[in-house]
Amino acid sequence: MAEASSPTHQAREWLASILVWGTAALVTATFCWLLGDIVWHGLSHLSWTFLTTSPESAGRRGGIGPILVSTLLILGVCLTVSLPIGVGTAILLAEFTSDHSLFGRMTRRSLDVLAGVPSIVFGLFGNAFFCKTLGLGFSILSGGLTLACMVLPILIRSTEEGFRAVPANYRLSAAALGLSRTTTLVHLLLPAAVPGLLVGLILGIGRAIAETAALIFTSGYVDRMPESLLDSGRALSIHIFDLSMNVSGGDANAYASTLVLVILLLAINGTAAWLAERGLHRRIVTV
Amino acid sequence: MTSSHSNILYRWPTDDLLCWLLRGLAAIAGLVVVFIVVFLIAETLPVLSHVGLERFFTDPSWHPAEGFYNLTPMLWGTLFTMAGSVLIATPLGILSAIFCHYYAPPILTRPYRRLIELLAGIPSVVYGFWGLVVLVPLIGEIHPPGPSLLSGILILTIMILPTIALMADASLANVPQHYLRGAAALGLPRWATIRGVVFPTAKSGLFTGVILETGRAIGETMAILMVCGNVVQTPSSFFDPIRTLTANIALEMSYALGDHRAALFVSGLVLMTMIAALTMAAEWISRGRIYG
Repeated sequence: MAEASSPTHQAREWLASILVWGTAALVTATFCWLLGDIVWHGLSHLSWTFLTTSPESAGRRGGIGPILVSTLLILGVCLTVSLPIGVGTAILLAEFTSDHSLFGRMTRRSLDVLAGVPSIVFGLFGNAFFCKTLGLGFSILSGGLTLACMVLPILIRSTEEGFRAVPANYRLSAAALGLSRTTTLVHLLLPAAVPGLLVGLILGIGRAIAETAALIFTSGYVDRMPESLLDSGRALSIHIFDLSMNVSGGDANAYASTLVLVILLLAINGTAAWLAERGLHRRIVTV
Repeated sequence: MTSSHSNILYRWPTDDLLCWLLRGLAAIAGLVVVFIVVFLIAETLPVLSHVGLERFFTDPSWHPAEGFYNLTPMLWGTLFTMAGSVLIATPLGILSAIFCHYYAPPILTRPYRRLIELLAGIPSVVYGFWGLVVLVPLIGEIHPPGPSLLSGILILTIMILPTIALMADASLANVPQHYLRGAAALGLPRWATIRGVVFPTAKSGLFTGVILETGRAIGETMAILMVCGNVVQTPSSFFDPIRTLTANIALEMSYALGDHRAALFVSGLVLMTMIAALTMAAEWISRGRIYG
Protein backbone atom coordinates (compact mmCIF):
# COMPACT_ATOMS: atom_id res chain seq x y z
CA MET A 1 0.00 0.00 0.00
CA ALA A 2 2.81 2.32 0.94
CA GLU A 3 4.54 1.54 -2.32
CA ALA A 4 1.41 1.96 -4.43
CA SER A 5 0.93 5.49 -3.19
CA SER A 6 4.59 6.50 -3.45
CA PRO A 7 5.28 9.64 -5.49
CA THR A 8 6.65 7.78 -8.56
CA HIS A 9 3.55 5.59 -8.73
CA GLN A 10 1.29 8.59 -8.35
CA ALA A 11 3.19 10.36 -11.10
CA ARG A 12 2.87 7.31 -13.31
CA GLU A 13 -0.90 7.18 -12.74
CA TRP A 14 -1.19 10.85 -13.63
CA LEU A 15 0.92 10.45 -16.73
CA ALA A 16 -1.16 7.48 -17.88
CA SER A 17 -4.40 9.39 -17.37
CA ILE A 18 -3.08 12.32 -19.37
CA LEU A 19 -1.89 10.02 -22.16
CA VAL A 20 -5.18 8.13 -22.41
CA TRP A 21 -7.33 11.26 -22.36
CA GLY A 22 -4.96 12.96 -24.76
CA THR A 23 -5.21 10.08 -27.22
CA ALA A 24 -9.01 10.14 -27.07
CA ALA A 25 -9.01 13.90 -27.62
CA LEU A 26 -6.59 13.58 -30.53
CA VAL A 27 -8.68 10.90 -32.25
CA THR A 28 -11.88 12.88 -31.76
CA ALA A 29 -10.25 16.09 -32.99
CA THR A 30 -8.87 14.42 -36.12
CA PHE A 31 -12.25 12.93 -36.87
CA CYS A 32 -14.03 16.26 -36.44
CA TRP A 33 -11.42 18.02 -38.57
CA LEU A 34 -11.80 15.48 -41.38
CA LEU A 35 -15.58 15.36 -41.35
CA GLY A 36 -15.97 19.08 -40.69
CA ASP A 37 -13.73 19.96 -43.61
CA ILE A 38 -15.71 17.76 -46.00
CA VAL A 39 -19.11 18.95 -44.80
CA TRP A 40 -18.00 22.61 -44.77
CA HIS A 41 -16.69 22.60 -48.33
CA GLY A 42 -19.08 20.05 -49.78
CA LEU A 43 -22.41 21.32 -48.51
CA SER A 44 -22.39 24.53 -50.55
CA HIS A 45 -22.15 22.51 -53.76
CA LEU A 46 -24.63 19.82 -52.92
CA SER A 47 -28.05 20.19 -54.53
CA TRP A 48 -30.67 18.13 -56.33
CA THR A 49 -29.29 19.33 -59.69
CA PHE A 50 -25.81 18.15 -58.68
CA LEU A 51 -27.16 14.67 -57.98
CA THR A 52 -29.08 14.36 -61.26
CA THR A 53 -27.14 16.16 -64.03
CA SER A 54 -24.23 14.81 -66.06
CA PRO A 55 -20.66 15.92 -65.43
CA GLU A 56 -19.29 18.55 -67.84
CA SER A 57 -15.70 19.36 -68.83
CA ALA A 58 -14.27 16.25 -67.14
CA GLY A 59 -16.32 16.85 -63.98
CA ARG A 60 -15.31 20.45 -63.20
CA ARG A 61 -18.91 21.52 -63.72
CA GLY A 62 -22.20 19.66 -63.78
CA GLY A 63 -23.25 16.85 -61.48
CA ILE A 64 -22.84 13.17 -60.80
CA GLY A 65 -26.08 11.65 -62.23
CA PRO A 66 -24.54 8.98 -64.51
CA ILE A 67 -21.93 8.20 -61.89
CA LEU A 68 -24.57 7.39 -59.29
CA VAL A 69 -26.33 5.16 -61.85
CA SER A 70 -23.08 3.31 -62.63
CA THR A 71 -22.34 2.90 -58.93
CA LEU A 72 -25.80 1.39 -58.36
CA LEU A 73 -25.43 -0.94 -61.35
CA ILE A 74 -22.01 -2.16 -60.17
CA LEU A 75 -23.50 -2.71 -56.73
CA GLY A 76 -26.47 -4.57 -58.24
CA VAL A 77 -24.22 -6.95 -60.18
CA CYS A 78 -22.06 -7.47 -57.11
CA LEU A 79 -25.00 -8.39 -54.87
CA THR A 80 -26.81 -10.58 -57.43
CA VAL A 81 -23.71 -12.76 -57.64
CA SER A 82 -22.36 -12.61 -54.09
CA LEU A 83 -25.64 -12.99 -52.17
CA PRO A 84 -26.57 -16.56 -53.25
CA ILE A 85 -22.96 -17.77 -53.00
CA GLY A 86 -22.41 -16.02 -49.68
CA VAL A 87 -25.63 -17.13 -48.00
CA GLY A 88 -25.25 -20.68 -49.34
CA THR A 89 -21.71 -20.92 -47.98
CA ALA A 90 -22.75 -19.44 -44.63
CA ILE A 91 -25.60 -21.97 -44.29
CA LEU A 92 -23.26 -24.82 -45.15
CA LEU A 93 -20.63 -23.66 -42.65
CA ALA A 94 -23.09 -22.97 -39.84
CA GLU A 95 -25.64 -25.78 -40.26
CA PHE A 96 -24.43 -28.57 -42.51
CA THR A 97 -20.80 -29.17 -41.61
CA SER A 98 -19.11 -29.79 -38.30
CA ASP A 99 -16.29 -27.47 -37.33
CA HIS A 100 -13.81 -30.30 -37.76
CA SER A 101 -14.71 -31.56 -41.23
CA LEU A 102 -11.99 -31.11 -43.82
CA PHE A 103 -14.21 -29.34 -46.36
CA GLY A 104 -15.48 -26.84 -43.79
CA ARG A 105 -11.97 -26.16 -42.49
CA MET A 106 -10.56 -25.64 -45.98
CA THR A 107 -13.38 -23.28 -46.97
CA ARG A 108 -12.99 -21.29 -43.79
CA ARG A 109 -9.22 -21.06 -44.20
CA SER A 110 -9.51 -19.90 -47.79
CA LEU A 111 -12.09 -17.26 -46.81
CA ASP A 112 -9.76 -15.97 -44.08
CA VAL A 113 -7.03 -15.53 -46.66
CA LEU A 114 -9.49 -13.91 -49.07
CA ALA A 115 -10.47 -11.37 -46.40
CA GLY A 116 -6.86 -10.22 -46.19
CA VAL A 117 -6.18 -9.90 -49.92
CA PRO A 118 -5.43 -6.22 -50.75
CA SER A 119 -8.03 -4.57 -52.96
CA ILE A 120 -5.48 -3.73 -55.65
CA VAL A 121 -4.77 -7.46 -56.03
CA PHE A 122 -8.51 -8.01 -56.56
CA GLY A 123 -8.20 -5.37 -59.27
CA LEU A 124 -5.33 -7.25 -60.93
CA PHE A 125 -7.26 -10.51 -60.75
CA GLY A 126 -10.46 -8.91 -62.08
CA ASN A 127 -8.54 -7.38 -64.95
CA ALA A 128 -6.86 -10.66 -65.85
CA PHE A 129 -9.88 -12.94 -65.37
CA PHE A 130 -13.08 -11.00 -66.07
CA CYS A 131 -11.77 -8.37 -68.51
CA LYS A 132 -9.21 -10.43 -70.45
CA THR A 133 -9.93 -14.16 -70.05
CA LEU A 134 -13.73 -13.94 -70.10
CA GLY A 135 -13.60 -11.08 -72.61
CA LEU A 136 -15.93 -8.74 -70.72
CA GLY A 137 -13.57 -5.80 -71.20
CA PHE A 138 -13.75 -2.68 -69.05
CA SER A 139 -17.39 -2.95 -68.03
CA ILE A 140 -19.83 -2.63 -65.17
CA LEU A 141 -20.17 -6.42 -65.27
CA SER A 142 -16.41 -6.97 -64.70
CA GLY A 143 -16.37 -4.40 -61.91
CA GLY A 144 -19.41 -5.90 -60.18
CA LEU A 145 -18.03 -9.44 -60.42
CA THR A 146 -14.66 -8.33 -58.99
CA LEU A 147 -16.44 -6.66 -56.08
CA ALA A 148 -18.54 -9.81 -55.57
CA CYS A 149 -15.34 -11.79 -54.89
CA MET A 150 -14.26 -9.06 -52.53
CA VAL A 151 -17.38 -8.83 -50.33
CA LEU A 152 -17.80 -12.62 -49.96
CA PRO A 153 -15.80 -12.98 -46.70
CA ILE A 154 -17.64 -10.22 -44.81
CA LEU A 155 -21.02 -11.39 -46.13
CA ILE A 156 -20.36 -14.99 -45.13
CA ARG A 157 -18.95 -14.12 -41.72
CA SER A 158 -21.93 -12.09 -40.52
CA THR A 159 -24.55 -14.39 -42.07
CA GLU A 160 -22.86 -17.29 -40.29
CA GLU A 161 -23.00 -15.32 -37.03
CA GLY A 162 -26.72 -14.87 -37.65
CA PHE A 163 -27.25 -18.63 -37.99
CA ARG A 164 -25.12 -19.41 -34.94
CA ALA A 165 -27.21 -16.99 -32.88
CA VAL A 166 -30.34 -19.13 -33.49
CA PRO A 167 -30.94 -21.21 -30.32
CA ALA A 168 -30.09 -24.91 -30.65
CA ASN A 169 -33.52 -26.03 -29.43
CA TYR A 170 -35.09 -24.72 -32.66
CA ARG A 171 -33.16 -27.41 -34.51
CA LEU A 172 -33.85 -30.09 -31.90
CA SER A 173 -37.59 -29.36 -31.84
CA ALA A 174 -37.76 -29.40 -35.63
CA ALA A 175 -35.93 -32.73 -35.72
CA ALA A 176 -38.27 -34.12 -33.04
CA LEU A 177 -41.25 -33.12 -35.17
CA GLY A 178 -39.74 -35.05 -38.09
CA LEU A 179 -39.27 -31.99 -40.29
CA SER A 180 -36.76 -32.34 -43.07
CA ARG A 181 -33.65 -30.20 -42.77
CA THR A 182 -34.71 -28.22 -45.83
CA THR A 183 -38.05 -27.35 -44.22
CA THR A 184 -36.33 -26.49 -40.94
CA LEU A 185 -33.94 -24.25 -42.79
CA VAL A 186 -36.54 -22.43 -44.88
CA HIS A 187 -39.26 -22.00 -42.24
CA LEU A 188 -37.36 -21.77 -38.97
CA LEU A 189 -33.67 -20.98 -39.27
CA LEU A 190 -33.71 -18.57 -42.20
CA PRO A 191 -36.32 -16.21 -40.67
CA ALA A 192 -34.53 -16.34 -37.32
CA ALA A 193 -31.17 -15.59 -38.96
CA VAL A 194 -32.42 -12.62 -40.98
CA PRO A 195 -30.78 -9.99 -38.73
CA GLY A 196 -27.34 -11.46 -39.30
CA LEU A 197 -28.00 -11.76 -43.00
CA LEU A 198 -29.08 -8.13 -43.20
CA VAL A 199 -26.02 -6.94 -41.29
CA GLY A 200 -23.80 -8.89 -43.67
CA LEU A 201 -25.65 -7.50 -46.66
CA ILE A 202 -25.34 -3.93 -45.47
CA LEU A 203 -21.67 -4.26 -44.53
CA GLY A 204 -21.04 -5.81 -47.94
CA ILE A 205 -22.77 -2.89 -49.64
CA GLY A 206 -20.66 -0.51 -47.56
CA ARG A 207 -17.44 -2.26 -48.54
CA ALA A 208 -18.45 -2.31 -52.21
CA ILE A 209 -19.38 1.38 -52.32
CA ALA A 210 -16.16 2.39 -50.58
CA GLU A 211 -13.98 0.44 -52.99
CA THR A 212 -11.81 2.25 -55.51
CA ALA A 213 -8.61 0.36 -56.25
CA ALA A 214 -10.31 -2.82 -57.44
CA LEU A 215 -12.49 -0.86 -59.87
CA ILE A 216 -9.95 1.37 -61.66
CA PHE A 217 -9.01 -1.25 -64.20
CA THR A 218 -12.12 -3.40 -64.16
CA SER A 219 -15.07 -1.03 -64.55
CA GLY A 220 -13.13 1.86 -66.07
CA TYR A 221 -13.29 5.62 -66.14
CA VAL A 222 -16.04 6.53 -68.64
CA ASP A 223 -18.40 9.11 -67.13
CA ARG A 224 -21.24 8.82 -69.67
CA MET A 225 -24.59 7.34 -68.73
CA PRO A 226 -24.12 3.54 -69.11
CA GLU A 227 -26.40 1.91 -71.70
CA SER A 228 -25.83 -1.72 -70.79
CA LEU A 229 -23.93 -3.80 -68.26
CA LEU A 230 -21.16 -4.24 -70.82
CA ASP A 231 -20.53 -0.49 -70.93
CA SER A 232 -17.76 1.00 -68.90
CA GLY A 233 -19.05 2.99 -65.93
CA ARG A 234 -17.35 5.23 -63.39
CA ALA A 235 -18.08 4.55 -59.72
CA LEU A 236 -18.46 7.41 -57.25
CA SER A 237 -15.17 6.70 -55.49
CA ILE A 238 -13.27 6.66 -58.80
CA HIS A 239 -14.92 9.97 -59.69
CA ILE A 240 -13.54 11.51 -56.50
CA PHE A 241 -10.10 10.09 -57.19
CA ASP A 242 -10.08 11.31 -60.79
CA LEU A 243 -11.35 14.80 -59.92
CA SER A 244 -8.78 15.36 -57.21
CA MET A 245 -5.78 13.81 -58.96
CA ASN A 246 -6.18 14.32 -62.70
CA VAL A 247 -8.52 17.30 -63.12
CA SER A 248 -7.22 20.67 -61.99
CA GLY A 249 -10.02 22.86 -60.70
CA GLY A 250 -12.19 19.88 -59.84
CA ASP A 251 -11.88 20.31 -56.08
CA ALA A 252 -15.31 21.85 -55.48
CA ASN A 253 -17.11 18.99 -57.19
CA ALA A 254 -14.76 16.49 -55.58
CA TYR A 255 -15.76 17.83 -52.15
CA ALA A 256 -19.46 17.51 -52.97
CA SER A 257 -19.01 13.96 -54.32
CA THR A 258 -17.01 13.04 -51.22
CA LEU A 259 -19.82 14.35 -49.05
CA VAL A 260 -22.34 12.21 -50.96
CA LEU A 261 -20.14 9.13 -50.50
CA VAL A 262 -19.58 9.79 -46.79
CA ILE A 263 -23.30 10.35 -46.16
CA LEU A 264 -24.13 7.11 -48.00
CA LEU A 265 -21.58 5.17 -45.96
CA LEU A 266 -22.53 6.67 -42.62
CA ALA A 267 -26.17 5.76 -43.32
CA ILE A 268 -25.21 2.23 -44.38
CA ASN A 269 -22.90 1.54 -41.43
CA GLY A 270 -25.32 3.16 -38.99
CA THR A 271 -28.10 0.84 -40.16
CA ALA A 272 -25.79 -2.16 -39.85
CA ALA A 273 -24.74 -1.25 -36.32
CA TRP A 274 -28.35 -0.62 -35.29
CA LEU A 275 -29.51 -3.95 -36.72
CA ALA A 276 -26.62 -5.81 -35.17
CA GLU A 277 -27.42 -4.44 -31.74
CA ARG A 278 -31.13 -5.12 -32.16
CA GLY A 279 -31.03 -8.54 -33.71
CA LEU A 280 -27.83 -10.26 -32.81
CA HIS A 281 -27.02 -8.92 -29.36
CA ARG A 282 -23.39 -9.35 -30.25
CA ARG A 283 -20.94 -7.17 -32.03
CA ILE A 284 -19.55 -7.97 -35.42
CA VAL A 285 -16.27 -6.18 -35.88
CA THR A 286 -16.27 -4.68 -39.36
CA VAL A 287 -12.59 -5.00 -40.05
CA MET B 1 -48.03 -48.33 -37.88
CA THR B 2 -45.85 -45.47 -38.90
CA SER B 3 -45.40 -44.55 -42.52
CA SER B 4 -41.91 -44.56 -43.88
CA HIS B 5 -42.03 -40.82 -44.41
CA SER B 6 -42.02 -40.04 -40.72
CA ASN B 7 -39.36 -42.63 -39.97
CA ILE B 8 -36.26 -40.88 -38.70
CA LEU B 9 -34.12 -43.30 -40.68
CA TYR B 10 -35.69 -42.16 -43.93
CA ARG B 11 -33.55 -39.62 -45.74
CA TRP B 12 -35.35 -36.78 -47.46
CA PRO B 13 -34.19 -36.44 -51.08
CA THR B 14 -34.52 -32.65 -50.87
CA ASP B 15 -32.00 -32.63 -48.03
CA ASP B 16 -29.39 -34.38 -50.14
CA LEU B 17 -30.09 -32.03 -53.01
CA LEU B 18 -29.81 -28.97 -50.76
CA CYS B 19 -26.61 -30.23 -49.21
CA TRP B 20 -24.97 -30.70 -52.60
CA LEU B 21 -26.20 -27.30 -53.77
CA LEU B 22 -24.70 -25.64 -50.70
CA ARG B 23 -21.46 -27.56 -51.14
CA GLY B 24 -21.29 -26.31 -54.71
CA LEU B 25 -21.79 -22.69 -53.62
CA ALA B 26 -19.23 -23.04 -50.83
CA ALA B 27 -16.77 -24.58 -53.27
CA ILE B 28 -17.10 -21.51 -55.49
CA ALA B 29 -16.52 -19.22 -52.50
CA GLY B 30 -13.52 -21.26 -51.40
CA LEU B 31 -12.02 -21.42 -54.88
CA VAL B 32 -11.97 -17.64 -55.41
CA VAL B 33 -8.70 -17.30 -53.54
CA VAL B 34 -7.18 -20.23 -55.45
CA PHE B 35 -8.25 -18.57 -58.70
CA ILE B 36 -6.62 -15.31 -57.64
CA VAL B 37 -3.30 -17.00 -56.91
CA VAL B 38 -3.45 -19.08 -60.10
CA PHE B 39 -4.15 -16.02 -62.26
CA LEU B 40 -1.44 -13.96 -60.61
CA ILE B 41 1.09 -16.72 -61.23
CA ALA B 42 -0.13 -17.39 -64.78
CA GLU B 43 0.24 -13.70 -65.67
CA THR B 44 3.74 -13.47 -64.19
CA LEU B 45 5.11 -16.67 -65.75
CA PRO B 46 6.20 -15.09 -69.08
CA VAL B 47 8.30 -12.41 -67.41
CA LEU B 48 9.65 -14.76 -64.75
CA SER B 49 10.79 -17.23 -67.41
CA HIS B 50 12.88 -14.83 -69.48
CA VAL B 51 13.75 -12.10 -66.97
CA GLY B 52 14.03 -14.14 -63.80
CA LEU B 53 13.11 -13.26 -60.26
CA GLU B 54 16.42 -11.82 -59.06
CA ARG B 55 16.46 -9.03 -61.67
CA PHE B 56 13.44 -7.52 -59.90
CA PHE B 57 15.82 -6.76 -57.06
CA THR B 58 19.17 -6.20 -58.82
CA ASP B 59 18.29 -4.10 -61.91
CA PRO B 60 19.67 -0.52 -61.92
CA SER B 61 16.23 1.14 -61.98
CA TRP B 62 12.48 0.81 -62.61
CA HIS B 63 12.16 1.66 -66.31
CA PRO B 64 9.91 -1.11 -67.61
CA ALA B 65 9.82 0.33 -71.15
CA GLU B 66 13.59 -0.16 -71.38
CA GLY B 67 13.55 -3.52 -69.67
CA PHE B 68 14.69 -2.50 -66.16
CA TYR B 69 12.48 -3.91 -63.44
CA ASN B 70 13.92 -2.95 -60.06
CA LEU B 71 11.14 -3.18 -57.47
CA THR B 72 13.31 -2.43 -54.41
CA PRO B 73 12.55 1.33 -54.14
CA MET B 74 8.83 0.54 -54.14
CA LEU B 75 9.37 -2.29 -51.66
CA TRP B 76 11.15 0.17 -49.35
CA GLY B 77 8.31 2.63 -49.85
CA THR B 78 5.77 0.01 -48.77
CA LEU B 79 7.90 -1.11 -45.82
CA PHE B 80 8.64 2.43 -44.56
CA THR B 81 5.02 3.62 -44.73
CA MET B 82 3.88 0.37 -43.12
CA ALA B 83 6.43 0.48 -40.30
CA GLY B 84 5.87 4.17 -39.57
CA SER B 85 2.10 3.96 -39.46
CA VAL B 86 2.02 0.74 -37.42
CA LEU B 87 4.46 2.23 -34.90
CA ILE B 88 2.26 5.30 -34.39
CA ALA B 89 -1.16 3.68 -34.71
CA THR B 90 -0.56 0.74 -32.34
CA PRO B 91 -0.06 2.73 -29.10
CA LEU B 92 -2.75 5.23 -30.08
CA GLY B 93 -5.24 2.49 -30.93
CA ILE B 94 -4.60 0.53 -27.75
CA LEU B 95 -4.77 3.67 -25.58
CA SER B 96 -8.00 4.60 -27.31
CA ALA B 97 -9.50 1.19 -26.46
CA ILE B 98 -8.28 1.59 -22.87
CA PHE B 99 -9.99 4.95 -22.74
CA CYS B 100 -13.22 3.27 -23.80
CA HIS B 101 -13.01 0.55 -21.16
CA TYR B 102 -11.35 2.07 -18.10
CA TYR B 103 -11.15 5.85 -18.27
CA ALA B 104 -14.18 7.21 -20.09
CA PRO B 105 -17.19 8.21 -18.01
CA PRO B 106 -20.17 6.00 -19.01
CA ILE B 107 -21.78 8.87 -20.90
CA LEU B 108 -18.79 9.12 -23.28
CA THR B 109 -18.20 5.42 -23.89
CA ARG B 110 -20.92 4.81 -26.45
CA PRO B 111 -20.42 7.96 -28.55
CA TYR B 112 -16.67 7.41 -28.60
CA ARG B 113 -17.02 3.80 -29.70
CA ARG B 114 -19.51 4.83 -32.38
CA LEU B 115 -17.01 7.44 -33.58
CA ILE B 116 -14.27 4.82 -33.98
CA GLU B 117 -16.69 2.60 -35.90
CA LEU B 118 -17.56 5.51 -38.18
CA LEU B 119 -13.86 6.15 -38.81
CA ALA B 120 -13.44 2.47 -39.70
CA GLY B 121 -16.19 2.78 -42.30
CA ILE B 122 -14.88 5.85 -44.14
CA PRO B 123 -13.51 4.79 -47.54
CA SER B 124 -9.82 5.15 -48.32
CA VAL B 125 -10.43 7.53 -51.21
CA VAL B 126 -11.99 10.01 -48.77
CA TYR B 127 -8.94 9.82 -46.50
CA GLY B 128 -6.75 10.28 -49.56
CA PHE B 129 -8.73 13.28 -50.75
CA TRP B 130 -8.60 14.91 -47.33
CA GLY B 131 -4.87 14.23 -47.12
CA LEU B 132 -4.36 15.73 -50.55
CA VAL B 133 -6.24 18.98 -49.90
CA VAL B 134 -5.47 19.50 -46.19
CA LEU B 135 -2.47 17.52 -44.98
CA VAL B 136 -0.16 17.76 -48.01
CA PRO B 137 -0.27 21.61 -48.25
CA LEU B 138 0.37 21.78 -44.47
CA ILE B 139 3.46 19.57 -44.78
CA GLY B 140 4.48 21.53 -47.87
CA GLU B 141 4.64 24.69 -45.76
CA ILE B 142 6.95 23.05 -43.23
CA HIS B 143 9.23 21.42 -45.75
CA PRO B 144 8.48 21.39 -49.50
CA PRO B 145 7.41 19.39 -51.45
CA GLY B 146 4.24 18.39 -49.62
CA PRO B 147 3.61 14.88 -50.95
CA SER B 148 6.01 12.74 -48.97
CA LEU B 149 6.72 9.66 -46.91
CA LEU B 150 5.53 11.63 -43.88
CA SER B 151 2.12 12.44 -45.32
CA GLY B 152 1.75 8.79 -46.34
CA ILE B 153 2.58 7.62 -42.82
CA LEU B 154 0.16 10.09 -41.23
CA ILE B 155 -2.75 9.23 -43.52
CA LEU B 156 -2.13 5.50 -43.09
CA THR B 157 -2.01 6.00 -39.31
CA ILE B 158 -5.45 7.62 -39.32
CA MET B 159 -6.75 4.85 -41.55
CA ILE B 160 -5.51 1.84 -39.61
CA LEU B 161 -6.08 3.31 -36.15
CA PRO B 162 -9.77 2.24 -36.08
CA THR B 163 -8.72 -1.32 -36.99
CA ILE B 164 -6.40 -1.75 -34.03
CA ALA B 165 -8.72 0.25 -31.75
CA LEU B 166 -11.70 -2.03 -32.50
CA MET B 167 -9.62 -5.21 -32.15
CA ALA B 168 -8.10 -3.99 -28.88
CA ASP B 169 -11.60 -3.04 -27.71
CA ALA B 170 -12.86 -6.56 -28.40
CA SER B 171 -9.93 -8.23 -26.66
CA LEU B 172 -10.17 -5.93 -23.60
CA ALA B 173 -13.85 -6.87 -23.35
CA ASN B 174 -12.74 -10.50 -22.96
CA VAL B 175 -10.69 -9.81 -19.82
CA PRO B 176 -12.60 -11.63 -17.02
CA GLN B 177 -14.35 -9.25 -14.63
CA HIS B 178 -13.08 -11.03 -11.53
CA TYR B 179 -9.46 -10.28 -12.50
CA LEU B 180 -10.35 -6.58 -12.33
CA ARG B 181 -12.24 -6.98 -9.07
CA GLY B 182 -9.26 -8.83 -7.63
CA ALA B 183 -6.95 -6.01 -8.63
CA ALA B 184 -9.32 -3.44 -7.14
CA ALA B 185 -9.50 -5.45 -3.90
CA LEU B 186 -5.70 -5.35 -3.70
CA GLY B 187 -5.90 -1.57 -3.91
CA LEU B 188 -4.10 -1.33 -7.24
CA PRO B 189 -4.56 2.02 -8.97
CA ARG B 190 -5.99 2.15 -12.48
CA TRP B 191 -2.87 2.20 -14.62
CA ALA B 192 -1.13 -0.42 -12.48
CA THR B 193 -4.16 -2.71 -13.02
CA ILE B 194 -4.03 -2.12 -16.76
CA ARG B 195 -0.29 -2.73 -16.99
CA GLY B 196 -0.11 -5.67 -14.62
CA VAL B 197 -3.44 -7.44 -15.21
CA VAL B 198 -5.15 -6.30 -18.40
CA PHE B 199 -2.20 -6.26 -20.83
CA PRO B 200 -0.93 -9.76 -20.04
CA THR B 201 -4.47 -11.19 -20.30
CA ALA B 202 -5.35 -9.45 -23.55
CA LYS B 203 -1.93 -9.91 -25.15
CA SER B 204 -2.83 -12.37 -27.89
CA GLY B 205 -5.86 -10.33 -29.00
CA LEU B 206 -3.73 -7.20 -29.16
CA PHE B 207 -1.11 -9.00 -31.28
CA THR B 208 -3.80 -10.17 -33.69
CA GLY B 209 -4.99 -6.57 -33.96
CA VAL B 210 -1.47 -5.39 -34.78
CA ILE B 211 -1.18 -8.01 -37.51
CA LEU B 212 -4.54 -7.06 -39.00
CA GLU B 213 -3.60 -3.39 -39.13
CA THR B 214 -0.23 -4.26 -40.68
CA GLY B 215 -2.09 -6.12 -43.42
CA ARG B 216 -4.29 -3.10 -44.05
CA ALA B 217 -1.25 -0.83 -44.15
CA ILE B 218 0.50 -3.01 -46.74
CA GLY B 219 -2.55 -3.34 -48.95
CA GLU B 220 -3.73 0.25 -48.87
CA THR B 221 -3.64 1.84 -52.31
CA MET B 222 -5.76 4.89 -52.98
CA ALA B 223 -4.90 7.09 -50.01
CA ILE B 224 -1.18 6.38 -50.40
CA LEU B 225 -1.39 6.99 -54.13
CA MET B 226 -2.96 10.39 -53.54
CA VAL B 227 -0.59 11.76 -50.87
CA CYS B 228 2.84 10.22 -51.46
CA GLY B 229 4.02 11.96 -54.62
CA ASN B 230 4.76 8.69 -56.46
CA VAL B 231 8.41 9.28 -57.35
CA VAL B 232 10.28 5.99 -57.71
CA GLN B 233 13.15 6.41 -55.25
CA THR B 234 14.40 5.05 -51.96
CA PRO B 235 13.57 7.86 -49.51
CA SER B 236 16.43 9.47 -47.58
CA SER B 237 14.24 11.67 -45.36
CA PHE B 238 10.63 11.87 -44.18
CA PHE B 239 9.96 14.67 -46.66
CA ASP B 240 10.96 12.74 -49.78
CA PRO B 241 8.19 11.67 -52.13
CA ILE B 242 7.91 7.90 -52.48
CA ARG B 243 5.99 5.29 -54.41
CA THR B 244 4.66 2.06 -52.88
CA LEU B 245 4.10 -1.29 -54.58
CA THR B 246 0.33 -0.83 -54.54
CA ALA B 247 0.48 2.71 -55.94
CA ASN B 248 2.81 1.49 -58.68
CA ILE B 249 0.23 -1.06 -59.84
CA ALA B 250 -2.60 1.49 -59.77
CA LEU B 251 -0.58 4.09 -61.68
CA GLU B 252 0.82 1.96 -64.48
CA MET B 253 -1.73 -0.80 -64.99
CA SER B 254 -3.88 1.30 -67.33
CA TYR B 255 -1.21 1.52 -70.05
CA ALA B 256 1.09 -1.40 -69.26
CA LEU B 257 1.55 -4.08 -71.95
CA GLY B 258 3.55 -7.29 -72.29
CA ASP B 259 6.45 -7.65 -69.88
CA HIS B 260 5.60 -4.38 -68.14
CA ARG B 261 2.11 -5.70 -67.33
CA ALA B 262 3.58 -8.99 -66.14
CA ALA B 263 6.02 -7.06 -63.94
CA LEU B 264 3.07 -5.36 -62.25
CA PHE B 265 1.57 -8.78 -61.58
CA VAL B 266 4.89 -9.71 -59.97
CA SER B 267 4.43 -6.84 -57.51
CA GLY B 268 0.90 -8.13 -56.88
CA LEU B 269 2.39 -11.52 -56.13
CA VAL B 270 4.91 -9.94 -53.73
CA LEU B 271 2.01 -8.22 -51.92
CA MET B 272 0.10 -11.50 -51.69
CA THR B 273 3.16 -13.23 -50.23
CA MET B 274 3.50 -10.56 -47.54
CA ILE B 275 -0.19 -10.87 -46.65
CA ALA B 276 -0.01 -14.68 -46.57
CA ALA B 277 2.98 -14.50 -44.21
CA LEU B 278 1.01 -12.16 -41.94
CA THR B 279 -2.05 -14.42 -41.98
CA MET B 280 0.11 -17.35 -40.97
CA ALA B 281 1.66 -15.31 -38.17
CA ALA B 282 -1.83 -14.37 -36.97
CA GLU B 283 -2.88 -18.00 -36.86
CA TRP B 284 0.28 -18.95 -35.01
CA ILE B 285 -0.41 -16.29 -32.40
CA SER B 286 -4.08 -17.10 -31.98
CA ARG B 287 -3.11 -20.72 -31.26
CA GLY B 288 -1.07 -19.39 -28.36
CA ARG B 289 2.28 -20.77 -29.49
CA ILE B 290 3.89 -17.39 -28.99
CA TYR B 291 3.96 -18.10 -25.27
CA GLY B 292 5.88 -21.34 -25.76
